[in-house]
Amino acid sequence: MKLKSLQKRENELANAKRQLEILSNGIFQKEELPKFSTKLAAQDQFPLKPKTLEILQINVGYMCNQVCAHCHVDAGPDRKEIMTRETMQQCLDVIAATGAHTLDLTGGAPEMNPDFRWFIEEASKVGIKDMIVRSNLTIITANKKYNDLPEFFKKHNVHVISSMPHWTEGKTDQQRGDGVFNASIKALKMLNAVGYGMPNSELKLDLVYNPSGAFLPGDQMALEADFKKALATNFDIQFHNLFSITNLPISRFLDYLIASENYEDYMYNLVDAFNPAAVDNVMCTNTLSVSWDGWLYDCDFNQMLELKVDSPVQHIRDFNKETLSKRNICVSQHCYGCTAGAGSSCQGTVV
Amino acid sequence: MSNTYYEPSDLRKFGNITEWNEDLGKKFFEYYGSVFEEGALSAREKALIALAVSHVVKCPYCIDAYTQDGLKRGITKEEMMEAVHAGAAIESGATLVHSVQMMNKYKKLSM
Repeated sequence: MKLKSLQKRENELANAKRQLEILSNGIFQKEELPKFSTKLAAQDQFPLKPKTLEILQINVGYMCNQVCAHCHVDAGPDRKEIMTRETMQQCLDVIAATGAHTLDLTGGAPEMNPDFRWFIEEASKVGIKDMIVRSNLTIITANKKYNDLPEFFKKHNVHVISSMPHWTEGKTDQQRGDGVFNASIKALKMLNAVGYGMPNSELKLDLVYNPSGAFLPGDQMALEADFKKALATNFDIQFHNLFSITNLPISRFLDYLIASENYEDYMYNLVDAFNPAAVDNVMCTNTLSVSWDGWLYDCDFNQMLELKVDSPVQHIRDFNKETLSKRNICVSQHCYGCTAGAGSSCQGTVV
Repeated sequence: MSNTYYEPSDLRKFGNITEWNEDLGKKFFEYYGSVFEEGALSAREKALIALAVSHVVKCPYCIDAYTQDGLKRGITKEEMMEAVHAGAAIESGATLVHSVQMMNKYKKLSM
């Protein structure tokens, strides 16, 4: 397990332009595989247009206590990009002014942003129906100052969504780092103890499953049943839903695919599994992603590829719903990750 | 033509067999699909049986496909290896049980 980000290691894949070049060269340049836009056009689904904005996904910073092998954010302890309170206020103003019903906080470890709690407190005053925090779990046990997070989440009725690639220690630690599985189990128990994830509890605790390798996720329902059985039997842990997410070929996962000589096969798998029905519900059609410095993107993946929204409005301070609704969604070959099989989004499958 | 009998990328072309006999090809794939649906056995159990049989028939395409399939289903490497041993035990048992025939013949021909 490497403990530094690609950026810190000065790896060429820390450069978004380089990633986009790789995604357009080789098999796609030789037209062995169709480019995503060509595939969409063949189905009469190009250009991709947004529908009603429902979810504002805010990346409050790339700093994280973990360095996961598949991380599309290239997050880690060495990343210093952090959203300021001023930008958070601009996000709150937008939330209050739009009909977006879901606020989805992500990172990095969002809890590491010094204004994280202030943001949640303020956001809970503006009438959000579903306030999501994507917690890596281990942050809860990483330091004393985070131990009360379950209580804090409960107080503000935060919807906790956490990552867990497998119900066994070996496969989890292989992707997320040594000791992550045991710390995650401890954190899940702490969340259960205050009511999170319990049957019929309004305190929602969902898990995210990402494959720990160069393969696509299996059936979400079957995986959820296996996770529930294993976590309940082995650890007496409860949770609500499992969201299965396909790893997109960018950043550290792209680095892994290339280094392990799986890149071409993986792209073939994604393209072979292309499902036009998934295109109708991809998350970029109802979500906007905001970066730590306030720029707007069609999704968190485009944010990491520095593909800003194709609109005269590109920053949260200039937000205009009408103008943004007319944009075309920016696509590249990584988008095949969201349209494979039953589809993939931050809320799991889409078909 | 490739220089080897087995080409990994040929697995992706499996569906093309219908091009030379659409009727039988389609029937085969329909049958194949139905076999692996959830039934009295779970799809997961069938996936493990398929993995074991893939080894017994020594089909590299099948091993490739059902290892990936197992990973997708969250099947662990311990489960996969036990399944292969189940197949191997039957295969080696099938060899060894024939030694009864050898023993019979040996005894019959010996004074």
